[in-house]
Amino acid sequence: MSSIPAELKYVASHEWIRVESDGTVTIGITDFAQQQLGDVVFVELPEVGTDVEAEQDIAVVESVKAASDIYAPLAGKIIAINDAIVDAPETVNEDPYGDAWFFKMELANAADLDDLLDAAGYAALCE
Amino acid sequence: MGKQTALYAQHQAANGKIVDFGGWDMPVHYGSQIHEHQAVRQAAGMFDVSHMTIVDVNGPDAMAYLQRLLANDVAKLKEEGKALYSAMLNQDGGVIDDLIVYKMVSGYRTVVNCGTREKDLEWMAKQSHGFDISLTERPELAMIAVQGPNAIDIVTQLKPDASELLANLAVFHGQAKGNWFYARTGYTGEDGLEIMLPEQDAAAFWQALLTAGVQPCGLGARDTLRLEAGMNLYGNDMDEQTSPLHAGMGWTIAWQPEERDFIGRAALQAERDAGVAMKQVGLVLEGRGIMRAHQTVVVDGVGHGEVTSGTFSPSLNYSIAIARVPVATGAQAQVDIRGKLIDVRVVKLPFVRNGKQVFA
Repeated sequence: MSSIPAELKYVASHEWIRVESDGTVTIGITDFAQQQLGDVVFVELPEVGTDVEAEQDIAVVESVKAASDIYAPLAGKIIAINDAIVDAPETVNEDPYGDAWFFKMELANAADLDDLLDAAGYAALCE
Repeated sequence: MGKQTALYAQHQAANGKIVDFGGWDMPVHYGSQIHEHQAVRQAAGMFDVSHMTIVDVNGPDAMAYLQRLLANDVAKLKEEGKALYSAMLNQDGGVIDDLIVYKMVSGYRTVVNCGTREKDLEWMAKQSHGFDISLTERPELAMIAVQGPNAIDIVTQLKPDASELLANLAVFHGQAKGNWFYARTGYTGEDGLEIMLPEQDAAAFWQALLTAGVQPCGLGARDTLRLEAGMNLYGNDMDEQTSPLHAGMGWTIAWQPEERDFIGRAALQAERDAGVAMKQVGLVLEGRGIMRAHQTVVVDGVGHGEVTSGTFSPSLNYSIAIARVPVATGAQAQVDIRGKLIDVRVVKLPFVRNGKQVFA
């Protein structure tokens, strides 16, 4: 079974969102997503400073099996990316909620957070 | 829920991720398909291939029947136990299936794909008209492939009664020991065995292999291993709409003797006389990105082709593919990967044999 931490927020496209104390958000893909993909072998990340719309495809993760787009769960600006997963893509399989975060964003509108799924809502989607 | 092999409980116990494969519930991996792939290249891995279809061909006309049915010629099988890879063609020269045929003590044993089982059995029965033969499917046999540089040693230790047989078993030969059949064949590019055994013996043998350190491997690793080995996958690299001459199978067509009228011969001969338009090649992408089946291959000044199988190669750490391209294609091409044309190298297959890169 896949792990779905209670303290995170989620979107139906299988990204997780952690709200940091300064109001920025950190984004990655869920344990369910990495299990579905299988061994991850390439990750492509957006440029820092890019303005993105919600649901815009801004990153790519490729496993041995398939290529998948990664979507911005919310509108805002990319303020950091995790180059470590570009060099060691297998981290996405090993630690999807920890070392394998994808990027950090500054939100255009903090109220958008209310539209995200909680752990129970996301768990229902994965059944 | 699909059909289950005699090893389904073993797959579950080993945490296999089960997927539907041609109506069978089969493991795609047991955690990491890359790890499974490396185990086969470096040590030993095992695959449950019990879903494959075994059909024994017996009777006084068995040889004549197979000489009509198959594009390769079973007359090449002079000694008992020798195996032959062949296409089974339709009248238009399209590939109904690819298979292995073994010469048995009496008659022949064929192993065909699971996804094509029904149409194969129907075709084989239909073509048997006028031949004094019997076709017997063997669903009571399980099949375990043990592959890798250590595979034969490990099986020899576990099956002392077969040690002499295994010590003398030549590559691409099979021999029976009691109601077990050991074949030195495979789909990985490594040395190893494909073992057909009564399904009631399968779980205990699998368990013994596991205890001996053999890595269970799923369909995912099976695909990357065969692709590195440059071996076709039916349905991807060829099908009924594909000529074997476009799919790297020219070497399996036995044109001699000329009077042997195998099914599809006239169509292939006409194609050859007119000039074969396409060829099968390997593609290599050393940079970023992964080639996938059905992507378009663009050959500057020559024309277009198609990736028939593509993946990430765990042995080489970049993407490789099998493609069908115009015969005039040289050493360079481009592949349309998600809307971008990416430069790739065109190479001769295979990519990897016995753990080592073999293309230049």
